[in-house]
Amino acid sequence: MKLRDIRDKTAIAGVGNTPFGALYKKRDPRRNAYTLGLEAFENALEDSGLRKEDIDGVIMSRIPSYSKMCVMAGIKNPRLTNVLEAEGRMSGIALQYAAMAVYTGMANVVACIYGNDGWSAGATYGSEPQMIDSYNSPFGMTSPGASLALMWQRHMHEYGTTAEDLGVLAISQRKFASMNLNAVMRTPLTMDQYMKSRYICYPLRIYDYCLINDGGVCLIVTSAERAKDCKKRPVYIMATGQAANHTPYYHAPDYGWNAMKLVADQVYTMAGVGPGEIDCAQIYDNFLPTVMLSLEGYGFCPKGESGRWIRGGRIELGGELPVNTSGGHCSESYMQGWALHAEAVRQLRGECGDRQVKDCEIVQYICSSPICSSHILRR
Amino acid sequence: MTQYTKPLPTPDDFDKPYWTALKKHELRMQKCVDCGEIWFPPTPVCPACLSHNHEWIKLSGKGKIWSWVFFHQLYFPSFSDEIPYNVVAVKLDEGPLMTSNMVECKNEDIRCDMRVEVFFDDVTDLVTLPKFRPDGSAKPGS
Ligand SMILES: [Zn+2]
Repeated sequence: MKLRDIRDKTAIAGVGNTPFGALYKKRDPRRNAYTLGLEAFENALEDSGLRKEDIDGVIMSRIPSYSKMCVMAGIKNPRLTNVLEAEGRMSGIALQYAAMAVYTGMANVVACIYGNDGWSAGATYGSEPQMIDSYNSPFGMTSPGASLALMWQRHMHEYGTTAEDLGVLAISQRKFASMNLNAVMRTPLTMDQYMKSRYICYPLRIYDYCLINDGGVCLIVTSAERAKDCKKRPVYIMATGQAANHTPYYHAPDYGWNAMKLVADQVYTMAGVGPGEIDCAQIYDNFLPTVMLSLEGYGFCPKGESGRWIRGGRIELGGELPVNTSGGHCSESYMQGWALHAEAVRQLRGECGDRQVKDCEIVQYICSSPICSSHILRR
Repeated sequence: MTQYTKPLPTPDDFDKPYWTALKKHELRMQKCVDCGEIWFPPTPVCPACLSHNHEWIKLSGKGKIWSWVFFHQLYFPSFSDEIPYNVVAVKLDEGPLMTSNMVECKNEDIRCDMRVEVFFDDVTDLVTLPKFRPDGSAKPGS
């Protein structure tokens, strides 16, 4: 069956989140995925101008029980209910599923809800007993960060990229975060500080790793028609797509590019635009090499060229392609792609204050992980 | 002898032959009788053609380092004395990629694409782990 033309048929009508920087100041054991998700849901509802009774679909992630969440939010009989794994790759998938549900009429207004209490709960992302396996743990191998370290080491070997290249990206994202009152890490970073920072898994340093912090995000998706009657201007979903990269390890010798190519072909065709027409990009940065591999995988620059390409202000405010304008996961907040979606919406609405990209009309979201996903959104 | 405290494999029904072979200092992996696919980690059927007919063939134990890292962050307390320790991803000559450690080689001498050979590390009475060392470093008679 041919892929249907869903371009501009659905829209994001509301976004909401919790504070990030303020919550990072102090751990609080009473905070959990439900309370954080609920607060984000209330804020998204308020932002959209919709009523709770309008919600007839819910898709959540990192929230253990959909039933408990819906009871707390008073969503009694939604026509669509699902909970996705607590993985960052699921944020883009949640939006894709919501758009499909709205497009087919299986639901009219879908709330996508995410809550993350990793900071208060003491998440370590690598030391958990359930991560022990026979083929990696006996050698001390663990955590997706180490897999990205393996891929970046290989990339440097094959293409001559460098540690400083990641530094350029880290500094740029931190600069954006300094213009974001809600960001967790707002103090500007210098190359000297970056290069002297400690290694987590060589060749990656602490600044190449995402933060661990608490927060919640909610996105409300409805039809383009209905979104026009909501409080804020609609953000239309021009295109969305995913392609998985199911391999035995988190690292893959092809850098995930085969899957990225499938997604890129789908979203650029569906949207009718190419990389050159994207005004700003929100690119999943669980670890900074993921951004570099994505820039190359989606054709913003040739393979192996990302290190040179991002220099000279190209990815900063006023540059050709501002990247991760909120500060991303490494400086704003590790909301596993969810806050990057919120930032995309706010950039398109012109709500980003000091860090607002001028004349921002088209934004691309990209997440490159064992399931690659992307959307192209417009105002 | 001090007790071995690092994580150990937990063999299951279908990967037991892999661990049993290592104990005998052989690196064996599954090869599909029908289509010739060699794959790792072990799974019940051939992932290429879903055939149930496979044999555990003995591999050359040779390959090259696809990539490598050093762990500075401590995730497993049992590795605390070795930080920073190396982890390598070895591309075997027969195709599969496997995670391991380099031994008989200084961390700073590890390189991408360097030729390596398997080294059977009897870490406990019951478990042998496949580690790697620079190719050709086996001493005569060992
Ligand atoms: Zn086969």
